[in-house]
Amino acid sequence: MRKIDIAVVDYGMGNLRSVSKALEHVAPEKSVLVTSCPDEISKAERVVFPGQGAMPDCIRELDARGLRESVLFAAHNKPFLGICIGLQMLFEHSEEGDAAGLGVFQGQVKRFAAADMHDEHGEKLKVPHMGWNQVYQVVDSENAAHALWQGIENGTRFYYVHSYYVAPADQVITTGYTRYPSEFTSAIAQNNLFAVQFHPEKSATAGLQLLHNFVNWQP
Amino acid sequence: MLAKRIIPCLDVTAGRVVKGINFLELRDAGDPVEVAKRYDEQGADELTFLDITASSDNRGLLLHIIEEVAAQVFIPLTVGGGVREVEDVRRLLNAGADKVSINTTAVLNPKMVQDAAARFGSQCIVVAIDAKKVENQPFEWEVFTHGGRKATGLDAVKWAEHMVSLGAGELLITSMDRDGTKIGFNNPLNRAISNAVDVPIIASGGAGSLQHLVDGIKLGGADAVLAASIFHYGEYTIQEAKEFMQKNGIEMRL
Repeated sequence: MRKIDIAVVDYGMGNLRSVSKALEHVAPEKSVLVTSCPDEISKAERVVFPGQGAMPDCIRELDARGLRESVLFAAHNKPFLGICIGLQMLFEHSEEGDAAGLGVFQGQVKRFAAADMHDEHGEKLKVPHMGWNQVYQVVDSENAAHALWQGIENGTRFYYVHSYYVAPADQVITTGYTRYPSEFTSAIAQNNLFAVQFHPEKSATAGLQLLHNFVNWQP
Repeated sequence: MLAKRIIPCLDVTAGRVVKGINFLELRDAGDPVEVAKRYDEQGADELTFLDITASSDNRGLLLHIIEEVAAQVFIPLTVGGGVREVEDVRRLLNAGADKVSINTTAVLNPKMVQDAAARFGSQCIVVAIDAKKVENQPFEWEVFTHGGRKATGLDAVKWAEHMVSLGAGELLITSMDRDGTKIGFNNPLNRAISNAVDVPIIASGGAGSLQHLVDGIKLGGADAVLAASIFHYGEYTIQEAKEFMQKNGIEMRL
């Protein structure tokens, strides 16, 4: 089998072209493979775990293809990037369809409470949360942000489209947060794993910078 | 907090971007890939492609254009025009569209909206509503189809609510009597729909000045504004529009 630098996990939920094209754009010298083969995911040096649609369907399709084990292995052992539902699935449970997640992290996936949300002008805030919103980076005790934020200013806008957000039981994994209108966790990190609620593949230069950082990341 | 969006609209036919007035008199406005790249560089928040021929013979051409744009432009792409079945949605998403806009078919076969949202998720299903002010109905704005030629008897506000209940994740509201006229968006229509639904709405049809974009957000309650002519012919850049809106108290991505 040829070398796979980056595997994009394909479990049949939607379009992965944008993710793979963006990775190819930032790393033209790397091999990027969109795959639903557990062996290929296990052999890849890095794994990107995207997702769109409804989380219960995503989990079901992931299991239907026998991908759970290889995704969990990657999440614990190699540079791993979760995107959107790929972040949400890492948690224990989602309000969406009362579904169980993969349980890598303790915590819940919750729905925005549309009816109670207003901006500073009193305008109703819409759900899905759709568009460009700011990500505030969390710094460590030495005032340093995570390596994947390198070259990205604190407060930079990324593109979001989602109705649910993650609420980690332990906030220590939160490495980025966003306001809509309350603060929610928009990026998490632990060891070899980084996962974001927004879509870096659709976030113009800032998103490409984050993907570039991931492709070169040595956790 | 979340920024309001500017979405340039590229009407595409026979592989070219065109712009008409009241859906007539088409003028050439460039190569779709080049226009898309230019708008991306200017800071467009998303791009919308509408296939205005809506005949099946050059459907392959549109898919090819979307593929090419998606490989070079890394912002959200919405594609619409002639989307008739769930399979059309799948093909467009696979070509690189992030959202698919459904218009006439939503009226003829509302279940298709429901099926597409169930299969691909509400986040990628936009329902486009073409509305016109009417005098002979018990409501103010009526839904039209077939590029504005056919009246449906449907109340645009009620229709918007119904489409959201079937799974539309966003609504694109085009005021037929204003499209291409440059006299401003139909803000009362947009406000009525924005207040009635929870999902984001995009105001379309009539933008002719930067103040119109501000009014579309502030008066119309839109979450995004769609415009074609004021950008296509270089009257304003997207950046100028965004700076103007920001100065007027609207949060933008600059």
